[in-house]
Amino acid sequence: MNEDIRLMKGNEAIAHAAVRYGVDGYFGYPITPQSEVLETLEALMPWETTGMVVLQAESEISSINMVYGGAATGKAVMTSSSSPGVSLMQEGISYLAASELPALIVNVMRGGPGLGTIHPSQSDYFQATKGGGHGDYHLIVLAPSSVQEMADFVGLGFDLAFKYRTPAMILADGVVGQMMEKVVLPEQRQRRTAEEIRTQCPWALTGKTADRKRNVVTSLELDSAIMEKNNERFQRTYKEIEANEVRYQGYHLDDAEYLIVAFGSMARICLKAVEEARKAGVKIGLLRPITLWPFPYEAICKASENAKGILVAELNAGQMIEDVRLAVHDNVPVEHFGRMGGIVPNPAEVLGAFTDKFGVKFNDQTN
Amino acid sequence: MKEEIIIAGFGGQGVLSMGKILAYAALMNDMEVTWMPSYGPEQRGGTANVTVIISDEEISSPIVDTYDTAVILNQQSLDKFESHIKPGGTLIYDPYGIHRSPARTDINIVKVNAMDASIELGNAKGYNMILLGALLKLKPVVSLDDVLRGLKKALPERHHHLIPANEQAILKGMSLL
Repeated sequence: MNEDIRLMKGNEAIAHAAVRYGVDGYFGYPITPQSEVLETLEALMPWETTGMVVLQAESEISSINMVYGGAATGKAVMTSSSSPGVSLMQEGISYLAASELPALIVNVMRGGPGLGTIHPSQSDYFQATKGGGHGDYHLIVLAPSSVQEMADFVGLGFDLAFKYRTPAMILADGVVGQMMEKVVLPEQRQRRTAEEIRTQCPWALTGKTADRKRNVVTSLELDSAIMEKNNERFQRTYKEIEANEVRYQGYHLDDAEYLIVAFGSMARICLKAVEEARKAGVKIGLLRPITLWPFPYEAICKASENAKGILVAELNAGQMIEDVRLAVHDNVPVEHFGRMGGIVPNPAEVLGAFTDKFGVKFNDQTN
Repeated sequence: MKEEIIIAGFGGQGVLSMGKILAYAALMNDMEVTWMPSYGPEQRGGTANVTVIISDEEISSPIVDTYDTAVILNQQSLDKFESHIKPGGTLIYDPYGIHRSPARTDINIVKVNAMDASIELGNAKGYNMILLGALLKLKPVVSLDDVLRGLKKALPERHHHLIPANEQAILKGMSLL
């Protein structure tokens, strides 16, 4: 057995990956189904090895504002929570975006609205991809569908956040957070030195020196003309991200007569449905957006060119379906299949939806 | 090879741990594995279950609707999962606390008196390992050696002295069939 392969929960993988990436600080407040992130960090005690700060704040509002403070100094800082906690953070996230601060926010979604349930859901898609807080902004949103991706997207999220000076979000759900799978953790990296931060983040609050002007990190700008210029700059960054950072994975797209679009844990369930459908002689393909923002509009449009229909499967009432409809411009019928409130469907239910929505019959529909 | 297993019973019976040890054993054997628990307040005295999928190929969905094997430890779980076992599949159950016996005729039903055996062993906590032994005897998806290596990996070092007692319980479970 390869000794580097471990077995762990997605939440644990986030914590391990954070330490190994050389994250400077984690600030969080426990909430099911993501409490293992903080628990694992406390068990790993990275403050004794890498010097990473791990702090349980008194609330999610505190956590996100601690993230804001850390990010303003150029440090790699993060928080994690689940749906109701992430709602509390929205003001701080909007401020992070407006102050052009890199940070990583992990949302392991549970069923809402309100306090809802503690079981898996994907009903924060709108909140994550369309801004969430007030103002014209976007987060880079990564949707992991395996424990390996939970680990990998910590590094990817920070790399993108620092590259574009914008907060990034890992939008996971209770299934990916709670399940155990094999994972290979990234190499241990050193945290950046103060000198490296000064060079790589000239905007950061690292202490004014004689050779530069004072740095100011703020989201407040009372001069509307300047605020509009700021917004134009944000929008240019978003355009650049849209042009360069779209990520998705396709399965059996080449000969697909029907297409499923699904993300996160739902994509795993749908992949099994695709395998079963193909055994029964129905050629279904699956497109899994990995970045939910920027969204793979073009890839979906292209993949659906010869499709008779698209099923958008989500653990919600129909959110990503709006983006899929924008992608295909009414050229292909688009239908939704979803479960809500924390209920996770099985692959047979996905196939059942194909029969209901498109009249597709499967030869061996004994399940 | 692909084995889709559900283990279901009361919280506290070692359902999740049994699945975890099975998963670690599969890891030791270089196989693909997913371990998906039911989680939430229902674990405190209510029902708990875990789906473990072991395969020599990449596993798509960690959630399935039918199982090759079910290990059932209480009535609620029998009522819930008996109909979800694939035809020709295996149902292992402990009759302790089960008042309605399984009725399917198209599956292999195996009764394991694990509660009695654990009392006989004087190791009540070994209950789930007895059932694991029975499972391994019927479905050798992983070897005893893999399980023991998996236990070493799964347990923190301070608990490694418990491994011989667990091994004894697994062997006891194997001997019941």
